[in-house]
Amino acid sequence: MNDASPAPPKSAVKPIISFRNIVKKFGSMVAVDNVSLDIEPGEFFALLGPSGCGKTTLLRMLAGLEVPTEGEILIDGQDMRTIPANKRPVNMVFQSYAVFPHMSVADNVAYGLKIDRVPEPERKTRVQEALDLVQLGHLAARMPDQLSGGQRQRVALARALVKRPKVLLLDEPLSALDAKLREAMRFELSQLQQKVGITFIMVTHDQDEALAIASRIAVMNKGSIAQLGTPSDLYEFPASRFVADFIGSVNMFEGTLVRDEPDEAVVDCPELAPHAVHLPHAVPGKVNTPVWVAIRPEKITLHKDSGTPPTPAECPAGHNIAKGVIREISYLGDTSIFHIDTGKGNLIRVSRPNRSRWDQDSFDWKEQVWVSWAGSSPVVLLS
Amino acid sequence: MAARESTESRLAFWATALPPLLWVAVFFLIPLGVIWAYSFGENLGLTGVSISGTFANYARAFEPLYLQIFAKSVFVAGVTTLLCLIIGFPVALAIVFASERWRPWLLLLVMLPFWTNLLIRTYALIAVLRTEGYVNYGLAWIWESASWLKTLVGLEPLAPYEPLQLLYNNFAVVFGLVYVHLPFMVLPLYAALDRLDRSLMEASLDLGAGHLRTLFSIVVPLALPGIISGVIITFVPALGAYLTPDLLGGPDSQMIANVIERQFKKANDWPFGAALSFLLMYATFIAIALRAYLSRGKAADAHGI
Repeated sequence: MNDASPAPPKSAVKPIISFRNIVKKFGSMVAVDNVSLDIEPGEFFALLGPSGCGKTTLLRMLAGLEVPTEGEILIDGQDMRTIPANKRPVNMVFQSYAVFPHMSVADNVAYGLKIDRVPEPERKTRVQEALDLVQLGHLAARMPDQLSGGQRQRVALARALVKRPKVLLLDEPLSALDAKLREAMRFELSQLQQKVGITFIMVTHDQDEALAIASRIAVMNKGSIAQLGTPSDLYEFPASRFVADFIGSVNMFEGTLVRDEPDEAVVDCPELAPHAVHLPHAVPGKVNTPVWVAIRPEKITLHKDSGTPPTPAECPAGHNIAKGVIREISYLGDTSIFHIDTGKGNLIRVSRPNRSRWDQDSFDWKEQVWVSWAGSSPVVLLS
Repeated sequence: MAARESTESRLAFWATALPPLLWVAVFFLIPLGVIWAYSFGENLGLTGVSISGTFANYARAFEPLYLQIFAKSVFVAGVTTLLCLIIGFPVALAIVFASERWRPWLLLLVMLPFWTNLLIRTYALIAVLRTEGYVNYGLAWIWESASWLKTLVGLEPLAPYEPLQLLYNNFAVVFGLVYVHLPFMVLPLYAALDRLDRSLMEASLDLGAGHLRTLFSIVVPLALPGIISGVIITFVPALGAYLTPDLLGGPDSQMIANVIERQFKKANDWPFGAALSFLLMYATFIAIALRAYLSRGKAADAHGI
């Protein structure tokens, strides 16, 4: 695990979930490789990563549907080793929702309460409350095959929340919904979490979803946690090329660290020569060793070629610039993405907001342009 | 052009469909029609049958003697089906939850008996169940070992082993029928359980249900179409079983098929045999219609999704 990210705040609060040195093997395949992680009460936590990174396995171990090969899991301080899935104080919303097709909406929600032998009057009230919470109160008598995908998901949510779990687990909760509904449900999920006040843990492969909803994210790769932090930590201060690349889009330049002082660092990148990358602060890494420079497309500015090169902020003249030709323009409505060919390798991606209705016409295909970025914009990565 | 193509394809259709259709007509439908006609006939002398349109054969079939045998057949087939369900459900469940590598082999084990002749399988059962059979050998060995152990600690030895009478009774018939029909039950159950979304069972566990509760509240109701299929597919051939009661049963274990056989052979009463055959077939139709009726709602549900 790479620890370049800021350490999670060590508060006095007892974690609601603790993974301690969790290893999970399926045969010879290592799905989860020595993960330790604390999640605090009230967090909306996201496990983010590409498919096969071990995030779902981690969630299923928490629910008791998989058994860790090594390590221990604590829920509210209690060791879960001997506690089976049906006795754990967590409930799960499955990716397929797993709404029981032979039971009405109300019976689905009441199922867990019947098992807990909650007496009839209280059960009815709680089922109705849970359905109202997800705005399905009027559909209590419906059968699942009469519901839309979004409504079925709400049934799954109500069915899990009615049990008043200490932690709600969500496995790819929005992946089966269409794009518009997904946006709306993101907002609703965070509203719901604030309303009920319990810890939510969500597994997702969708970085936008994680950034939009979660208060803290663990990015996973190949069974380990690549980086742990708030959404802006991960986006602005990625710890590795994997995280920088997985979250958002990024321009990555390979280079050599040639100067590293407390108030100045310089990286020579062959793709940007003769101009160097200049940062107004020290960076990790040793002088004369290879490093990578990552710059987000929206932090690069596009300039018309007026003969004189632009001078970006926070760096001496002649640094943090490149000259090239516009190879491609993707007009996305709110922004346009420009691909600039410097003639030395990869295209540089620049994103530019279309602030006025005629902005998209200000640059043209095959136009000679300069790009520049402020000294504080790039991130230097060692791995 | 299109017209010629359609003529050609029609020709191809009839060229391939006609031989099997003729086969079915000549060797199945026509004989069936003959038997149907016989069931309204009377014996004339030793070999002749006159088709007089009488219902006497059907009336005779409803005499207490035959009704009793018919009821007994239904009972034996019912017990067989129930036992197949009780044994087959866990087997099907185990195959569904077996690892990918084992599943085809387990299914093969279930289907393997299909590839052996029924007669040979039944004789093999006789070798297992008879008084000098493997079951009695095994029991005798245990009995004698126990007897020897008793003498070791200074107690009186047990009385000599009396072999169990396992063959030529109703037990043997049910045992044989369960053995023969188990695959008919396991395969539809396996198909139904395999289709079941695993996350439904996981959701049930997650909501606090134990394994038994999950089985009866989630798995069984959702596998019901497969259970009904299995029950009908097992019950129908068990009801018409002939070889098993004939070879394994005693004098009181006759089933309806044995009576029918006797009418056509020893009793030489083809019209009555034909009437009994058709009554058995109607009973089968009712069972199949019942299944169609019971699974109708399910099919509509499936289309709704």
